[in-house]
Amino acid sequence: MSLENKHSTCCSSSASSCCDTSSAKQEVSFLSTYLNWKDRVGHWKVRCSFSRMNYKVEPGLYGVGKPSKDSPVLVSANYKLSVDRLRTQLTGRDVWILVLDTKGVNVWCAAGKGTFGTDELISRIEESGLSEHVSHKNLIVPQLGATGVSAHQVKKRCGYNVKFGPVRAEDLPEYMDNKMTASEKMRKVDFPMIERAVLIPADFVLTGRNVIIAAIILALIGGFANGTYSFYSILTTGLIYALMLIITFAAASAFGPLLLPWLPGRAFAVKGVWIGIVCFIFIILFGYDYGMPNLLNYWFNFAAWLLICSSLSSFVVMNFTGASTYTSLSGVLKEMSYAVPIQIVAGIIGVILLIAGRFI
Amino acid sequence: MSTFRYLENVATLELKSEKCIGCKMCMEVCPHAVFKMDNKKAVIKDKNACMECGACMLNCPVKALKVRSGVGCAAGIIASKIGLEIGGCDCKNSANANSCCSSDDYE
Repeated sequence: MSLENKHSTCCSSSASSCCDTSSAKQEVSFLSTYLNWKDRVGHWKVRCSFSRMNYKVEPGLYGVGKPSKDSPVLVSANYKLSVDRLRTQLTGRDVWILVLDTKGVNVWCAAGKGTFGTDELISRIEESGLSEHVSHKNLIVPQLGATGVSAHQVKKRCGYNVKFGPVRAEDLPEYMDNKMTASEKMRKVDFPMIERAVLIPADFVLTGRNVIIAAIILALIGGFANGTYSFYSILTTGLIYALMLIITFAAASAFGPLLLPWLPGRAFAVKGVWIGIVCFIFIILFGYDYGMPNLLNYWFNFAAWLLICSSLSSFVVMNFTGASTYTSLSGVLKEMSYAVPIQIVAGIIGVILLIAGRFI
Repeated sequence: MSTFRYLENVATLELKSEKCIGCKMCMEVCPHAVFKMDNKKAVIKDKNACMECGACMLNCPVKALKVRSGVGCAAGIIASKIGLEIGGCDCKNSANANSCCSSDDYE
């Protein structure tokens, strides 16, 4: 049975009161451990940030296989990608999945914001009628949910024992076969190439909108030519300016994440500068051959583009801190305290030099 | 072993070892192996690896751990400073958090 044909229980997140009076066992929906084509298309769409905020599963209790009163209970978030990652690891197993209402946000992010948290877990246990389906009091919560779920508070307030499972759903089968013990490796968050790569499209689409606006402004600046303003100049010089900005942005949003471990410096803003400089060199070397006008002729232009490329790239890579798995709030505040003023000043000087260059 | 290291000497993590009862919960929840056991008490082994997620503080039953927890997200910090939504990501609003968050790959 797929996720789509689930029966609705009386307990939707909006109507919880009916559960308190009903002593009848609530109906449970069952999840398949395989993805259909619709799931796969959906995953690609959210990766590219289409309807990313509305990719949800109804919160509540679900069954996988033929769970009994002794089957383990796994806790997840109601982001469909999270539930899908979990259920596809459970082929051939009989387990319960308790889906918390995290407003369609994945476990780690929701835990950081408290929606995947102690209160929601306790109320979901009650609303879903978990105790009518399960005789034990053990819950397996993903380790990264620990930022929002306090195990000893849950124990104190409703008697359930929270065990923190592995970080990755992929490790769950081994964890469960190993008497619910996680190896050191299962407990550690890494940030491998593939995980960094899948983040590129969403980031690209989201920030891209703002970059398009900036590119249009640069194109209009290109319209100034020898003291006059011409439409022809927008189409030639202006379009090349816009293209250079977009190339720099694309390079930073792709190579920032991909080359993250190898870019010199620990601050993300510093890592970004290198991409900007390489991009600038690339643009002047190759752009010159393709008729990029007035770039090397005036030092104004030269300096302007060096500043624009490096500050934009620095900013784009700095914003990747939010997507990374190891940056601390204190660290990001520290690097921002010096990087943001430099980026703003460099960017403004760059644009002023660019405009000035159009009048010389 | 992770090759990623962020800025040194910024993490606000503090452990009061006299309070520690050696339950190992901090070791269980820490995603960056910051703690180790020493003589039946937790000690901070690698403070610079701390990303201030706050999981250890929340799960320490005797309140031996203290950290200023938060999300190390530049876009979120800018958004909250200027009170604007940047690129569709507003970290203060939990409903929109997926856009700036990486943990799609973590269940």
